[in-house]
Amino acid sequence: MPGIIKTEGLSHVYGKGTPFERKALDNIDLEIERGEFIGLIGHTGSGKSTLIQHLNGLLKPTEGRVLVDGKDIWEDIRKVRDIRFRVGLVFQYPEHQLFEETVYKDIAFGPTNMGLEKYEIEERVYEAAEFVGISREQLFRSPFELSGGQKRRAAIAGVIAMRPDVLILDEPTAGLDPAGREEILARIRDYHAIRNTTVILVTHNMEEIARNASRIIVMEKGRIRMTGTAHDVFSHAEDLRDMGLAVPQITQVFLRLREMGLDVDPSVYTVDQAKRKILKMWRDVHA
Amino acid sequence: MLKDITLGQYFPGNTPVHRMDPRMKILLTMGYIVILFVAKGILSYLPIMIWLITAVALSRIKPSVILRGVKPLIFVITLTAVLNMFYTPGTELVKIWVITITYQGVYTAFLMVLRIVMLITGTFLLTYTTSPIALTDGIERLMSPLKAIRVPVHELAMMMTIALRFIPTLIEEADKIMNAQKARGADFETGSIIRRAKALIPLLVPLFISAFRRADELAIAMECRCYRGGEGRTRLRQLNYGPVDVYALIFSVLLWGAAIACRSIAI
Amino acid sequence: MTIVNANDVILRAENLSYKYDSASEEDFALQGLNITVRKGEFIAILGHNGSGKSTLAKHFNAILLPAGGKMYVAGMETADENLIYSIRQTVGMVFQNPDNQIVANIVEEDIAFAPENLGVDPAEIRKRVDDALKAVGMYEFKDHAPHMLSGGQKQRIAIAGVIAMMPQCIVLDEPTAMLDPVGRNEVLRTIRLLNREYGITIVLITHHMEEAAICDRVVVMEKGQIATDGTPKEVFAQVEMLKSLGLTVPQTVELIYMLRKEGIDIPLDALSVEECAEAIYNVLKPVGRDNDARYN
Repeated sequence: MPGIIKTEGLSHVYGKGTPFERKALDNIDLEIERGEFIGLIGHTGSGKSTLIQHLNGLLKPTEGRVLVDGKDIWEDIRKVRDIRFRVGLVFQYPEHQLFEETVYKDIAFGPTNMGLEKYEIEERVYEAAEFVGISREQLFRSPFELSGGQKRRAAIAGVIAMRPDVLILDEPTAGLDPAGREEILARIRDYHAIRNTTVILVTHNMEEIARNASRIIVMEKGRIRMTGTAHDVFSHAEDLRDMGLAVPQITQVFLRLREMGLDVDPSVYTVDQAKRKILKMWRDVHA
Repeated sequence: MLKDITLGQYFPGNTPVHRMDPRMKILLTMGYIVILFVAKGILSYLPIMIWLITAVALSRIKPSVILRGVKPLIFVITLTAVLNMFYTPGTELVKIWVITITYQGVYTAFLMVLRIVMLITGTFLLTYTTSPIALTDGIERLMSPLKAIRVPVHELAMMMTIALRFIPTLIEEADKIMNAQKARGADFETGSIIRRAKALIPLLVPLFISAFRRADELAIAMECRCYRGGEGRTRLRQLNYGPVDVYALIFSVLLWGAAIACRSIAI
Repeated sequence: MTIVNANDVILRAENLSYKYDSASEEDFALQGLNITVRKGEFIAILGHNGSGKSTLAKHFNAILLPAGGKMYVAGMETADENLIYSIRQTVGMVFQNPDNQIVANIVEEDIAFAPENLGVDPAEIRKRVDDALKAVGMYEFKDHAPHMLSGGQKQRIAIAGVIAMMPQCIVLDEPTAMLDPVGRNEVLRTIRLLNREYGITIVLITHHMEEAAICDRVVVMEKGQIATDGTPKEVFAQVEMLKSLGLTVPQTVELIYMLRKEGIDIPLDALSVEECAEAIYNVLKPVGRDNDARYN
């Protein structure tokens, strides 16, 4: 069965023919299976934002194809808009897109654009609100009365309400404090587990990705540099560091330990893993 | 998408025109506009055209760029030309069906078109060669005598500066909001005028709210840097008239004087 | 405990209380808070959203005035209207959103904004603008348009704009919250340089542990009061307490803390990656065997 999303030779050039011409994506071949939880990581300028905007048809490839369920999304230009209901994209600081009189109406915007019946819209709005933790009472307030964190969750609900097959989130934890970050990530994890939606999480934060993603894609200068499980990717920790990506502190510690002469595998990225490895080594030494 | 709008853009340079004091440029532009409307007859237009061509040449801005400003107004220009050609009474040149085109009509139409084109290009020359900051500075200094009659000159200039500063930022934000709403199925392109106007609500509401929030934050930031209105403010940039300004003034007075003198010579 | 010399103190809050208008009677953002910051300090104020850290920061330059208690800036009381501009010239403030602090269309014009407001002589303004831009490493950008800059660059411009006032202290309210890692590093490097080389007192409001770790002193806030106050090592050693406040600790500290719980005797004050690696290495070094794998 083909992956739910596939790109073939995808390239994108901004400002072709102007003095500002810039190749943002260079021949990207990507395949994402149903139900995967992908972490997409890379510097500002690596092309991650450009890539995700191709996946829901906001941007058109200058070369190559984007396929959803095996079909080229640009084959029929009138159907491109429908793709956006199947591939939901939550931008950074999504709370800036809220506009309706009530939270309910704002979350309903997506489903309404899909042309659904009133009862269906209602069902989806309540479902989405519950997923993100917005109460019934909050649903009927103005979105501008909510706190920052609540606004963000309301905005995410607006995309979830479309029941997309693929959910892409661009830095959903940007600007939040540690407790806020963990809360959003937990909800995304739950959503993924319950609905088995394919999730793509775009972030700078290696630690976030390490804890949540089943597969990591690392981008640099418009290309995919690495792809694999957290273990695979972090075993190339030095490469990541050379790319200027902030490797988790724990990984840095283990890299340093290896430099110091200890025979350790530096593909360690959670404190728990580190603890277990060190305990084992300690017991071996002091046995 | 929206980022491609170039509103009277500024092209940096070091030509005599660029080096002129913005106040002089503004005053001369105003004078130029007045003269254009005062001019009568082709002989009268001639000195003004010489003035414009000299200015454009000195500024090193390519004529194709200058004339770009005319494009959006092609419709108005054509309409004016046509109306003048068909409805000016006088000696018949040619008769098409019921419409009479006279010599005078063609002549008047020609002058009208010339005036509009010269008007647009002359004004754009100002914005092409003067940075927004210099423009607002120039306007502020020129208007400062109005402070005596309680006109809030400094505040208006500050508003202009801040507006100019935030235009590209707001355009970028509008782009982002549009994309976010399109990602939820918003359609800004198809439908009747009314439908498309309604479709703008998900764009305009967040944009306005964001603009107000920015204004709030900016105001606090300004106060933290000791802003307290125009009283006692000094300026980093000092405006000084130089030799270039004097030459420009003399040149303009001579040519425009000739233009006025030629009014009375009829063809 | 050293006696605090009155001339040494740049910020002093005495029994400071504050309540936002919209809040209920019991909902105090700050409650009877006392804090002293001395000149030249590099201090982080840490806390989750709602702990009161931003509210406290806004008292440092009289954006907010105390509802109860007093706030002194270089000996000046913030409640005194006549002193407001002196206070704001003494303590500059940098905010979270890089865009919403920049007023002018051209970088150097924006840096000039503060000295212009203060009525400084044009020649002196020129000098201050150039010096400020050089101090933050943005001198080559002086003729650029701000909207074309990256987030980190914009924040450095904002910092330069504040330095041009020649303040004694700069308060930064979550300055890196909207920046990517590159931008964050730029800002942190800049403020550390300003503190070390120019002696400017820096107060960094943040919820990022890694940022607090580079400061000389960390003050943790909770519910409008100070929960703990000490060096980064002292503060981060209190792992349980920080977790109960909804904060995290750097991974290095957490690892050591967990190893200690398992019975390994390893010092808890190894905060940086280097220190942590060394502490672990020392514990794992085989006893009595000469380890010839040397490192530089």
